Amino acid sequence: MRAPAQSNDARPLSLSALARGRGFGRTLDRVFGWTTAVSGSLVLVILAFMVLTTTNTALPVFTSEGISFVTGTEWLPSRGVYGILPFIYGTLVTSTIAVVIAVPISVGVSLYLTELAPSWMKGPIAYAVDLLAAVPSVVYGLWGVFVLLPLFLQPAAEALSSVFGFLPIFKGPATGLSYFGAGVVLAIMIIPIISALAREVFKAVPADDRLAAYALGATRWEMIREAVIPRSRPGLVGATMLGLGRALGETIAVALLVGSSTKISASIVQPGYSMAAIIANQFQEADEQGIRALVGIGVVLFAITILINMAARLFVWRLVAER
Amino acid sequence: MSGARAMDARDGHLLSERPSRRRLWTDRIATGAMAAAVIIALLPVVLIFYYIIREGLAAMNWEFLTQAPPFSYRREGGGYVNGLIGTLMMVGIATVISVPLGILAAVYLVEYGGRNLLASLIRFFSDVMTGVPSVFVGLFVYTAFVVPYGFGALMGAAALSIIMMPIVVRSTEEMLKLVPQEIKNASYALGAAKWQTVLRIVLPSALPGITTGVLLAVARAAGETAPLILTALGSLTITTALVGEPISALPLAIFDGARTPFAAGQARAWAGAFELLAIVLVFTLLARVAASRSSISR
Repeated sequence: MRAPAQSNDARPLSLSALARGRGFGRTLDRVFGWTTAVSGSLVLVILAFMVLTTTNTALPVFTSEGISFVTGTEWLPSRGVYGILPFIYGTLVTSTIAVVIAVPISVGVSLYLTELAPSWMKGPIAYAVDLLAAVPSVVYGLWGVFVLLPLFLQPAAEALSSVFGFLPIFKGPATGLSYFGAGVVLAIMIIPIISALAREVFKAVPADDRLAAYALGATRWEMIREAVIPRSRPGLVGATMLGLGRALGETIAVALLVGSSTKISASIVQPGYSMAAIIANQFQEADEQGIRALVGIGVVLFAITILINMAARLFVWRLVAER
Repeated sequence: MSGARAMDARDGHLLSERPSRRRLWTDRIATGAMAAAVIIALLPVVLIFYYIIREGLAAMNWEFLTQAPPFSYRREGGGYVNGLIGTLMMVGIATVISVPLGILAAVYLVEYGGRNLLASLIRFFSDVMTGVPSVFVGLFVYTAFVVPYGFGALMGAAALSIIMMPIVVRSTEEMLKLVPQEIKNASYALGAAKWQTVLRIVLPSALPGITTGVLLAVARAAGETAPLILTALGSLTITTALVGEPISALPLAIFDGARTPFAAGQARAWAGAFELLAIVLVFTLLARVAASRSSISR
């Protein structure tokens, strides 16, 4: 897909090599080429600079806390104790909840759009789901707190706790401002991301495979399960990881909905915190050491999301390369 | 379940044979589940837009669009014009910084770099950068620029431009790749140098597509909140200084309103959400219009 247009200079048909004039024109051409190269390299420079500056700022906290920075469960800025495990835990739990909810829904929507929907319905449904991606996260937060919390999150959290309360992960007292509440809103935010990619992945399944399944007498669902899903698995994994990457770094909606408790809780219907959320919520009142600790949280968050994103990109790239 | 797999057709099912009742029901249940997924996914769309429009319009008026908020979240009246000014300033500056750099970077990827190591690295790390949490970008700008120079519009714009640049790079690259080699060759044949060909032929013919990417990046930047908390900080008064003075933005004002227990502050947050969503959707729609105007396409 990307091969043809790229190495223009190497292709016999490209005349650009002949087009280098003399004297001033030639210098100008070289200057232009270098300008573009410098602009491109800026991406790498900024990324490197971001990592170095933040790590350097957080270094005093990293050295004074040592490994207990990421394994400690006590976050007491007033006493200079910085253990961020509750926030790492909260980030992972809320993102996992989001993915567990969003993936089946996104896959269902994408299958409906590619396999079932009459053509007049495809455009409007896809457009409406894509609209979710345009909504800013602070709007999700506002809507989550004042609409979804009383309408769904609070009753759902209480219902989960009253039915499955004997399990530690649903133990009461239940509140909508919890890992669960933040996870549900995150799920809504990543559905458009996952479903947009899943749609592309399903569309790429060759028609021959579908027809072959039908020819063997498969029902539509059997065709989907035997022809579409197996072909799409790597792409779906990539899409899921991109959604997960987005959920891990999401800040404002989680800051408003996660309940803001610095204590770790096994129950998902109780309040907690995430890494991004505590940075946003505590930044304004933190002292100098506290800010270094928050920057440290940012560095750990960056490392986690970068790993997930690089893995996702490699998955998606390999998929594109295979086609 | 496995007995009903499609491939049991291999075990001697004939084409004329109707699927067993169990297989038909599985098919119907699966169809129902897919339709249910669509309804579940559309529900939040309806609920979000319904409440933003209802609550937002209830609190929206001329005063809201033209006044700064009162100094107490309890008091009614006032508006988010300070946030609107801040958002326009910061997104505007960020666009001016990130768009030319992003387009030049994309030109490098397509016209100069090709598949060499530097181009591959830039491509990969721009993709990675689009996934960097925006709050981390805010922390970086805070430690690198806010600590020495103070909060301000320029700091917020710096953070937003770091978020926008990789989006512009990747979307512009996709568009430049679609420009046919023939028209470049025609330009060279007329004696144009490479830089002339890029500036006068390649970029103009890819312009609608590039515009789409830029507008989407602007829409994304306008809605960002987390990096601005750390760089612009927020303010209740109208400020226009570039450096040294905290400045408001619509998302910051909404975030404050969403955290206040007072009805008046919350009402302003709803109106602000309406205003912000309208701005973001206008840019998203313009992006679609630009995309449909594109003369080159896949």
